[in-house]
Amino acid sequence: MLELNHISLTFNEDTSDEKKVLKDINLRLEKGDFVTVIGSNGAGKSTLMNVISGALYPDLGQVKINHKQVTGLPEYKRSQYIGRVFQDPMAGTSPTMTIEENLAIAYSRAKKRSLKLGVNKKRRELFEQALETLNLGLEKRLNVKVGLLSGGERQALSLLMATFTDPDILLLDEHTAALDPARAELITQLTRDVVQSTDLTTLMVTHNMQQALDLGNRLIMMDKGQIILDISGTEKKALTIDKLLYEFQRIRGEKLDSDRAVLG
Amino acid sequence: MFISIFNAFESGVIYAIMALGVYLSFRILDFPDLTVDGSFVTGAAVVAIAILNDYSTLLATLLALIAGFLAGSLTGLLNTKGKINPLLSGILMMTALYSINLRIMGQSNIPLLNQPTIFTKLTEIWSTLGIDESINYLLGLLGLEHVPNTWGILISMLILTFMIKLILDYFLKTEIGIALRATGDNETMIRSFSANTDYLKIIGLGLSNGLVAVSGALYAQYAGFADLNMGIGMIVIGLASVIIGESVIGTKTIMRTTLAVIVGAIIYRIVMTLALRSQFLDTGDMKLITSVLVIIALVVPRLITNHKELKRKRNKRLTLEQQLKEGA
Repeated sequence: MLELNHISLTFNEDTSDEKKVLKDINLRLEKGDFVTVIGSNGAGKSTLMNVISGALYPDLGQVKINHKQVTGLPEYKRSQYIGRVFQDPMAGTSPTMTIEENLAIAYSRAKKRSLKLGVNKKRRELFEQALETLNLGLEKRLNVKVGLLSGGERQALSLLMATFTDPDILLLDEHTAALDPARAELITQLTRDVVQSTDLTTLMVTHNMQQALDLGNRLIMMDKGQIILDISGTEKKALTIDKLLYEFQRIRGEKLDSDRAVLG
Repeated sequence: MFISIFNAFESGVIYAIMALGVYLSFRILDFPDLTVDGSFVTGAAVVAIAILNDYSTLLATLLALIAGFLAGSLTGLLNTKGKINPLLSGILMMTALYSINLRIMGQSNIPLLNQPTIFTKLTEIWSTLGIDESINYLLGLLGLEHVPNTWGILISMLILTFMIKLILDYFLKTEIGIALRATGDNETMIRSFSANTDYLKIIGLGLSNGLVAVSGALYAQYAGFADLNMGIGMIVIGLASVIIGESVIGTKTIMRTTLAVIVGAIIYRIVMTLALRSQFLDTGDMKLITSVLVIIALVVPRLITNHKELKRKRNKRLTLEQQLKEGA
């Protein structure tokens, strides 16, 4: 469960470049919520992710995970509870290491790293089982360096690594945006499967409106550092792109710049 | 000729420990750490002073390891907590170490010729085994007139260096070791898997310079002196060893790469010795030869792969054209 209370963050405060990127954000995700976040560039989606992950600290407000205050906790400590997949397929894995070593990294996330071997027989079996769920044949290529995999394969591995130890929160930061349509569809499908089967509390940023409508049980629209729309349940199921555009216009009194959002 | 190559081999094996340290910072952590020029001397200085003060040679070498570790961790602290650029952190530490080393030594050169070293003891034990006689007898049969005084130093150093290599191989496969490698490879990613990259860098640079200092300590005992300037250019020698070894042996696995580094250090020493034996090169040209050697090791393998690739493509095109002709 994730709780954001009155989060505000300003870049370059008190200079001519001052930019209020987050303005009093309040958000509460229940256990098992799958929330998609849309909004044009500069709306503050990625910054929000970074505030949750601990890569950035808010000027004001609190971040709570499972009722635990984590606002001041550095990223490497907080990431015990948070799995994250980045937009860049290169960002979520270590290219010079093998598939099994990358999974060993994910495996040691929730515990203290020791001087025991990162990959042993028992763990290797565990890794194989996990890789089989991807249906990409990676379980037969445990000793292949990840740098040799395709973007789609790497992103699938990143997703597996991020969810491997059952984190409390899963953050997906436009994780299909850099892939071709077929691969993006594959990763979307994998995302749906893994979130459903593990009941992960998930926050997914996307530029793709159709994807935001297809996935998850709740949709948030951000604009200029604020959450302007929050739709869930049956209301979300009935939502279409046209309705979303209309809603945006109604709230903001201006047209959504469709150049800056992919309509799907 | 045989003797000088033998000596090159001996010192190459000792330098290999330093090269393993450089591999740890330069390749594993992707941190071009110039502390090495200073920490090599720190190792030599600490061991010299400890031996002069009647410490056992083993303890003295161990103290050198600790001193090197501290120096390396300080570079890591400068970089991670002080947010100083990696190259600059190393340069600052190297410069500071010059004065610190002088403070440790009290003078710019300490001779150890009449002192017990780790090697005097080793050769004593070794000579009782009688292995030298049999090896040298065999060499005599091959027609070699000048034979080494002792094989003990070479063989014991080979054993030590390979022990360090095996420990390093194991360490880099442990949970901490894997996190360390990931820190050099993809820092953002490993931080998102709850690893404290600052801490890992400090530990990694400490270990790296610990190895460098041990190498310095052994070299001082081997050469019979510690000198304030003996570390100048050491980082380049370390890099040369890593790069030469990698291009000769390859980098497919960790175990293979650490072996490559050791072989590279030995090749480097032997090439230097051979170069110095030629008529037209003298000691002043050493640095130039080092640079040329590194450039060759960097450029030639690439040229070879390019050439092979071009050839492969040409052959493929030719067969395709052939098939087309036959089809028509």
